[in-house]
Amino acid sequence: MTTIEPVPIVEQRQHRRSFVDRLGSMLPKIVLAPSFAITLIFVYGFILWTVYLSFTRSRILPVYELVGFDAYYRLWSQPNWYMAIKNLAIFGVLYIGLCIAIGLCIAILMDQRIRAEGILRPIFLYPMALSFVVTGTAWKWFLNPGLGLEKTMHNLGWESFKFDWLVNTDMAIYTVVIAGVWQASGFVMAMFLAGLRGIDGEIIKAAQIDGAPTIAIYRRIIIPLLRPVFLSAIIVLAHMAIKSYDLVIALTGGGPGNATELPSTFMYSYTFTRSQMAVGSASAVMMLMGITAIIVPYLYSELREKRS
Amino acid sequence: MSAATETVSGGSARTARIVIYALLLVLAAVYLLPLYVMLTTSLKPLDEIRAGDMLALPRQPSLASWYKAWGEACIGVTCEGIKGYFWNSIKMVVPAVAISTILGALNGYVLTKWRFPGHKLVFGLMLFACFIPFQAVLIPMARVLGIFGLANSTAGLIFVHVVYGLGFTTLFFRNYYEAFPDELVKAAMIDGAGFFKIFWRILLPNSGPIIVVTVIYQFTNIWNDFLFGVSFSSGGASPMTVALNNLVSSSTGVKEYNVDMAAAVFAALPTLLVYIVAGRYFVRGLMAGAVKG
Repeated sequence: MTTIEPVPIVEQRQHRRSFVDRLGSMLPKIVLAPSFAITLIFVYGFILWTVYLSFTRSRILPVYELVGFDAYYRLWSQPNWYMAIKNLAIFGVLYIGLCIAIGLCIAILMDQRIRAEGILRPIFLYPMALSFVVTGTAWKWFLNPGLGLEKTMHNLGWESFKFDWLVNTDMAIYTVVIAGVWQASGFVMAMFLAGLRGIDGEIIKAAQIDGAPTIAIYRRIIIPLLRPVFLSAIIVLAHMAIKSYDLVIALTGGGPGNATELPSTFMYSYTFTRSQMAVGSASAVMMLMGITAIIVPYLYSELREKRS
Repeated sequence: MSAATETVSGGSARTARIVIYALLLVLAAVYLLPLYVMLTTSLKPLDEIRAGDMLALPRQPSLASWYKAWGEACIGVTCEGIKGYFWNSIKMVVPAVAISTILGALNGYVLTKWRFPGHKLVFGLMLFACFIPFQAVLIPMARVLGIFGLANSTAGLIFVHVVYGLGFTTLFFRNYYEAFPDELVKAAMIDGAGFFKIFWRILLPNSGPIIVVTVIYQFTNIWNDFLFGVSFSSGGASPMTVALNNLVSSSTGVKEYNVDMAAAVFAALPTLLVYIVAGRYFVRGLMAGAVKG
């Protein structure tokens, strides 16, 4: 009897220590688990929830009876949705194209051993620190047809100057492009500048010794070497274009009429103000599909490159 | 002959440099123009604005519209200015940045120094979460916040910003710790240091730059957010960006452009200050969030 008694205690101790050890070895996973669980629930779970809602007839409140592709039919029969898609295409192409063109030009100018680089760089980049709502507010005032740029030009003597894009149904989307490019082009400049600084100077020197003119060196050697930066910039800007919401709301409010409707504003108004939750969900799913098509191949290739 | 060609090419090189500087200066002026107009408009009285020249400096600069925007301007039904909303934003930003940064640091530490099978998948899923359009989670989040009584509260917004900021903070710290030598961590393990001790004594003291980058990135993003603010809050609980938009887009009464601009200055000030003080880190964060290490 007396010899048996200590045994369970030792066993218990061993058991306890191994439990602590196991807990210790589990600790990293325990630390990571809440974040991962949160991501699974609030990102992926919620996406599935939204997808589910897009197959229902939810209006002001969610209902959970499945009715098939009804909401998608309704979405794709809305003139508003076509307007949103068309605007996104115009905005996206011009926004990406202009940001890259302007960003690259400024980066090349800045790369000519400019003395004031330390002062100029922050000037081109500061808009990126501003909220889209501030940018929209500032440009709304700047482009104000009555008192803004137009009036200033009149005062300067250019009486016939007309700039009413902000209230012109056909042109309003271009004001969104202008404000968007103003905000993001400096950032693209910084990306290109980093790319330019990473190019091996020897290649350029060799070309210079061969007597190649500067423009040819840029066109034939340097710009082709910047291909990865072009790719990154296009991905980042496309992603920002699809998500753009605040800028349009602050600048034009989606108007005049529905002239500057984008998928993001469409989703919001159909879900929260027009009580068409199923259609809103369907539009959110379309947006998600668009972004997935852009981002997933990019992330995949980036992660793979790192492995090799 | 050769001297002549030299001076010609020297001359053309100088012209080229003058053109480059001139172009850069014009571009810089264009980029500064909206900020300049915003500031000068906010310092002008309304008659001067109506009379005209947007580009002119204010004849008698006054901070009257700043005081009005801060303490008296009408947003919705209340006329107490934007100060309350400014504090709403501060109360939202500080905890959200702190929590998401701490969690990101721990996640990055686990994902690089305590790898387990499947760590790549976990990271990939968290990374993709950074890029989703938030419209795809808006409706469920509105429901869940409502169920837990967090709708229209600062706590709810903090929660939302932590959840959707985690991917980025994890990304930042993971890429930073990836380059941190494993040998130091292994040596500490052999010495018997545990999980938290290694993090606290070895990783964290070397994380200064990435903490600054992450904090600035998160601060800018959360302060500037509009979509979550407008979706999950209303009235007096709104953050600054939502209040600014309500002020500017309200169409009742006389449109006070100077007050609008002053409010915009207040909304821009915190992030601009951070940018001026720590621009280098801000750019690093942008690049890390975009190009990824």
